[in-house]
Amino acid sequence: MARTTISSLFGNSPVKPLQAHMASVQECVVELVPFFEAVLEQDWKASKAQQKKIAKLENAADKLKRNLRMQLPRSLFMPVSRRDLLEVLTMQDKIANKSKDIAGLITGRKIEFPEAVSDKLIDFVQRAIDASAQAQTAINELDELIETGFGGREIKLVQSMIKELDAIESDTDKIEVKVRSALFKIEDDLPPVQVMFLYRVIDWIGELADLSQRVGSRLELLLAR
Amino acid sequence: MEYATILLIMAIVFGLFMAWGIGANDVANAMGTSVGSGAITIKQAVLIAAVFEFAGAFLAGGQVTKTIRKGIIDADLLSGTPELLVYGMLAALLAAGIWLLVASRLGWPVSTTHTIVGAIVGFAAVGIGMEAVHWGKVGSIVMSWVVSPALAGTISYWLFRSVQGLILNTNTPFENAKRYVPFYIFLTGFVIALVTMFKGLKHVGLETTTFQNYGMAFIVGLIIMFIGKSFINKLNIDPEADKDFHFANVEKVFAVLMVFTACAMAFAHGSNDVANAIGPVAAVVSIVQSGGEITQKSALPIWILLLGGLGIVAGLLMYGRRVIATIGKNITELTPSRGFAATLAAATTVVLASGTGLPISTTHTLVGAVLGVGMARGIGALNLNVVRTIFLSWIITLPAGAIMAIFFFFTLKGMFGA
Repeated sequence: MARTTISSLFGNSPVKPLQAHMASVQECVVELVPFFEAVLEQDWKASKAQQKKIAKLENAADKLKRNLRMQLPRSLFMPVSRRDLLEVLTMQDKIANKSKDIAGLITGRKIEFPEAVSDKLIDFVQRAIDASAQAQTAINELDELIETGFGGREIKLVQSMIKELDAIESDTDKIEVKVRSALFKIEDDLPPVQVMFLYRVIDWIGELADLSQRVGSRLELLLAR
Repeated sequence: MEYATILLIMAIVFGLFMAWGIGANDVANAMGTSVGSGAITIKQAVLIAAVFEFAGAFLAGGQVTKTIRKGIIDADLLSGTPELLVYGMLAALLAAGIWLLVASRLGWPVSTTHTIVGAIVGFAAVGIGMEAVHWGKVGSIVMSWVVSPALAGTISYWLFRSVQGLILNTNTPFENAKRYVPFYIFLTGFVIALVTMFKGLKHVGLETTTFQNYGMAFIVGLIIMFIGKSFINKLNIDPEADKDFHFANVEKVFAVLMVFTACAMAFAHGSNDVANAIGPVAAVVSIVQSGGEITQKSALPIWILLLGGLGIVAGLLMYGRRVIATIGKNITELTPSRGFAATLAAATTVVLASGTGLPISTTHTLVGAVLGVGMARGIGALNLNVVRTIFLSWIITLPAGAIMAIFFFFTLKGMFGA
């Protein structure tokens, strides 16, 4: 049956798909913890399996991203700017990408972590995952935001969530400084190439939290209109 | 007139066909939002539509019928040749009916109102002469097609903003919903009753003063408000539902309101759109019954209004319920708090137009109302392409209705003789 005027007036809201994408990203990121545990135990078989799992989940998130982009034609009239929305989506997706890169680099080069670094490593990863979890909490408020028509109360709630996200991110910065200084102390005793890649992994874990924070700040842009 | 009986039967059959078409397609657009928001089931929608379309057509459909029947054409020019008006009205009905059938098969968003107005203007301007058309009246009708969606949009915008301020955007949305929703229910009853009192009831034999009108409307509003309140108090509140989505229970309160606005919408639709079908029938009937005399003063026979109401309900039952089901499935993003604002705004606008005797498109008005809620950042995603297709349908429908009406006019004239 042909669609009537009224039914073709309503487009698919991007909110649920955006939230589904973030959930899928988060599923991918949390797998970094078992991955690092396997790496630190130097169980290469387990870590390889875990890395494959992360790559698969990243792929799933990618698919959701593409689907959402496809259903956002320019003629859509939304309570938020289409550009900002796509930016949030891109940032979310980068979190999954970065997780995949981290796992890929470590498995590919069989990077081993010296004890001085590995102590703090799981904490560091966990805190970065906390950041993306907090970003997801904020994204999950989007349907309430639309329900209230972006009213002041709900916006304040989301802003407090984003503030919390910023706090978590600055936490990861502090941990990153500690990990780096631990590595700095022993770097002369390690093969230079390994040291180089260790720094890179630390960088990337830090970026993971940065990206989550950027999801939050894009979300803030989305609210202000 | 030689063929009086045949012409009369043709008018009734064509009119019923038009009314059937309106019931099958148009009503669905009016009721679909209520079903889509989850406030009412399809069965309830059909029941509400059947009762209130009929009531609207019967109680408040007189003014628009008058416009279609004798507002567009200067019938004085035809006092010597009344049969031309009969052929013309039959041609307009036939043209509009066929065009609607074709267009809805092809999925084009055409409006019954635009088709019938285009058809009447077409046969009058070409078949009789340019001077036979009341261009001033036609101009104001066309203006109302632009104004009505804009007005509905403005009303729905402010309605929804008030809902945001009073209910959704407060610390205790549920308590406030219970407090303020009854007032919206009152407003719904009051507005519909008021316009009906002012314009509709004369032909039922009720003459009232302005003061009486306001008083009656106020009382009707109060009664409806108390009915609504008792429904709200009986609501099953599920605190679990709010964990996932914090406004689940608030929306339940709005769903009660939506039932009332759905009734208002059906009433409004009946009051405006039934005229498209029965206006021409009424014109034919009055000429034939008076033995060929064009009587501008003759009142609208009640049985013709009943005929229109019956046709609409028949179309709704036979075909419209399926269309409603499709729309209901397609609109899942519209929650009752939005749906009510859009339908109440559209219903108010349409009833106002009905009272003024302006034939407007209910569907286009509703589109304007939904966009108004969208402007208040209330709806996840709206497809603006629809606005373009609506403008396109205006451009296509008017000439299409006119050309077909001209064709049928000359065919009938050839068949029955001038």
